[in-house]
Amino acid sequence: MTPGFTTLKIGLFFGLSAFLPCAASAQIAVKGRVVHTLAGEPIENGVVVVREGKITAVGKSSEVLIPEGFRVLEAAVVTPGLIDAHSVVGLSGIYNQSHDQDQLDHTSAMQPELRGLDAYNAREELVAWIRSFGVTTVHTGPAPGALISGQTVIVKTSGRGVDVDAVVESAMIACTIGDQARGADGKTPGTRSKVIALLRAELLKAGEYRRKQEKARDGSGGDPDEENAEKKAPEPPPRDLGLEPLVRVLDKEMPLLVTVHRAHDILSALRVAEEFDINLVLDGVAEAHLVLDRIKASGFPVILHPPMARTRGVLENSSFETAARLAESDIPFAFQSGFEGYVPKTRVVLFEAALAAANGLAFDRALSGITLSAARILGIEDRVGSLEPGKDGDLALFDGDPFEYTTHCTGVVIEGVVVSQTPR
Amino acid sequence: MKKSIAAALLLPLLLLAAPPATSQEKPMAFEGAHIIPIAGAEIDDGCLVIHQGRILAVGPRASISIPRDAERRDVRGKVLFPGLICTHSHVGQVSGADRSSPIQPDARALDAINVRHEGFTRARAGGLTTVNIMPGSGHLMSGQTVYLKLRRGNTIDELLLPDESGWIRGGMKMANGTNPQGSPPFPGTRAKAASLVREVYVKAQEYRRKRADAESEDKKPSRDLGLEALGEVLDGKRVVHHHTHRHDDILTVLRLAEEFGFRVVLHHVSEGWKVADEIARSGAPCSIIVLDSPGGKLEAADLRLETGAILEKAGVLVAFHTDDFITDSRLFMRSAGLAARAGMSRQAALAGLTLSGAKMLDLEERIGSLEEGKDADFVILSGDPLSVYTHVLETWVEGEKVFDRSDPEDRLVATGGYGASHDRDEDSSCCTGDVR
Repeated sequence: MTPGFTTLKIGLFFGLSAFLPCAASAQIAVKGRVVHTLAGEPIENGVVVVREGKITAVGKSSEVLIPEGFRVLEAAVVTPGLIDAHSVVGLSGIYNQSHDQDQLDHTSAMQPELRGLDAYNAREELVAWIRSFGVTTVHTGPAPGALISGQTVIVKTSGRGVDVDAVVESAMIACTIGDQARGADGKTPGTRSKVIALLRAELLKAGEYRRKQEKARDGSGGDPDEENAEKKAPEPPPRDLGLEPLVRVLDKEMPLLVTVHRAHDILSALRVAEEFDINLVLDGVAEAHLVLDRIKASGFPVILHPPMARTRGVLENSSFETAARLAESDIPFAFQSGFEGYVPKTRVVLFEAALAAANGLAFDRALSGITLSAARILGIEDRVGSLEPGKDGDLALFDGDPFEYTTHCTGVVIEGVVVSQTPR
Repeated sequence: MKKSIAAALLLPLLLLAAPPATSQEKPMAFEGAHIIPIAGAEIDDGCLVIHQGRILAVGPRASISIPRDAERRDVRGKVLFPGLICTHSHVGQVSGADRSSPIQPDARALDAINVRHEGFTRARAGGLTTVNIMPGSGHLMSGQTVYLKLRRGNTIDELLLPDESGWIRGGMKMANGTNPQGSPPFPGTRAKAASLVREVYVKAQEYRRKRADAESEDKKPSRDLGLEALGEVLDGKRVVHHHTHRHDDILTVLRLAEEFGFRVVLHHVSEGWKVADEIARSGAPCSIIVLDSPGGKLEAADLRLETGAILEKAGVLVAFHTDDFITDSRLFMRSAGLAARAGMSRQAALAGLTLSGAKMLDLEERIGSLEEGKDADFVILSGDPLSVYTHVLETWVEGEKVFDRSDPEDRLVATGGYGASHDRDEDSSCCTGDVR
């Protein structure tokens, strides 16, 4: 998933430089009785130094010098800023009225051209809500519920604006397989078979589009031995905003984020991935516990449904213990707040990881599922997910075990800027 | 077979007013647990003795004399806590009023509950022992609610809670705000909603007066099932359970309750924190919902985790509810944990799962705390009720175990997994053995 990030890194530099003026004063050090760096054993009485938005030092308080004039925050427990590996915040607003619901367009079953980037409202109240619980990075965008609903975006939760907050402008193509992929109002696709048939046809179309692009680029029919090779190169196909991102999927520059829950639908997703040799990120996967070996063999990571998601419909066989099963099978996974159509309008990924930690998942794995493991699955581990020199100064502060109901998130820092200090 | 079912239907109705029907002949003693009785201080090395569905004794282990014939259980390292009480649940695929009118006090939840529904098994797994099952909030008055004990029963009759006179305990569900709004005959505005409600209460007052004033039986107005139930509301026997979110809607409920003198429990109260003093002055208790975020509907956009704490400080009696399926009953204890996180006292948060709810259902003489003489409704927990890491190990209703996490079938319900959401027969003896 890392190839193709070069363009994103360029975007990232612009973002950072735009942000630096207001962050200039934010030289900060965060001390914790326990610092979970995710880059090794937790440090007791540790400190993290952040300069110009980046981490410059991590270590024991007794060994790391806090430069003069740095603002010092303290907490019982310090973790990397939390990562919500899949959400719809910023698109699906708090009021749940048509004017603030931009997560799903139903005009056709497949619209890969829709970009979360163009709909993300950085100042949406639910963005601030999840931020106050320590979430500093969120992978958001079009919701599940259409066969292909668009391109996702990865942002910091600062609320500055998507151009500044975007970490990856176009991260994955959101795709849904199973019951939830059925067309609205009886529109096609109406069955599982049709869902897969349409998806395959679209990927074939993207393959054809890519071949035409290549032919035009090569300046020939492709075969150098061909007699007519020197004849004029064919015209490139007209730009197609929907097929362009699908070509990136075929080129494995971008994964297909497949929201899928039923065991047989999971296998359908894997079948399509094999046929087209593409990368998937399996999303939701309520029945993962029934096909662990197949998921493991595929090598694809999982962004698990919120363990507290309601056990309805395609989630009726979901389990609080699925995260623990994934960990036992060594399948890389992360947690998400998911998508809710009613109340609560968003879940809080910290609470979801907590419930998994209370149901058989080791503390470290649970924490990694909302930090480092999430960063790896999203392909942004060069910037976030752990507390290491060179990474972004994103931190979450707690007054106790972050997973306990009665613990508070007492501070949130994004790129060296304290964005929340109201205990929550 | 049919005969025995008929007999089973009648028996509970006759017996339940008396001591709970139970097969628990021998006393049982649970020794060594940390006991949180709710009534009184927490007990470190405690002992709970139960017999024939009731609590015989509870206190420090050293001070309790255990009956010689008692079956003894070592529960050291565990926590004993009263059975949880949910004041607002929709388990059992309950329904109430239909779309014919916005006010239907004649519709009874008890006629519409599937006790084999998986919601019941999830509720037992969550440590619930008593629930108030309510019709929905899409009407101004969607019908009569019913209070149930989560005994392992095959029929609704086995779960009912009739009083000494045989009256089946329950409340009246009402709602205001946006949910009951619609095209006529449903109200289009808040003022219209209040006016429709006042109209029916005036009618109920007249009906009650005419029935009482009639010189003879044949002069009484003929029976009207809806107005009869509203008469119970006016008498204060049937409590109104009122869905309400916005601060002004909450005040409207209090205004109407004062005008007609009905007893009301305010439910959800998302904006209760804005009118906490007014609620406190009215004396109305609040059954609140704890959600992971505000929003999802306009009226819940200002919902706060601090609502419980603010109401408590104002002097309001506060309980929690699941509103299952909004909150899965297995996660009910979490509501108290999050409310405590947002500033509610430990004591009030724990009572909000138990005794405070019992008071709202007029059942505090029988349930809600671990006290001598009360029903033996309790849970055995693996740890503190306010901790995320705590599991419900066992749920007991009137001296009978109705959930046991060490039983594979029960565990499946508790954790989820393949088949966990299927409805189940509580008496599964019909399904065991060879199938021919």
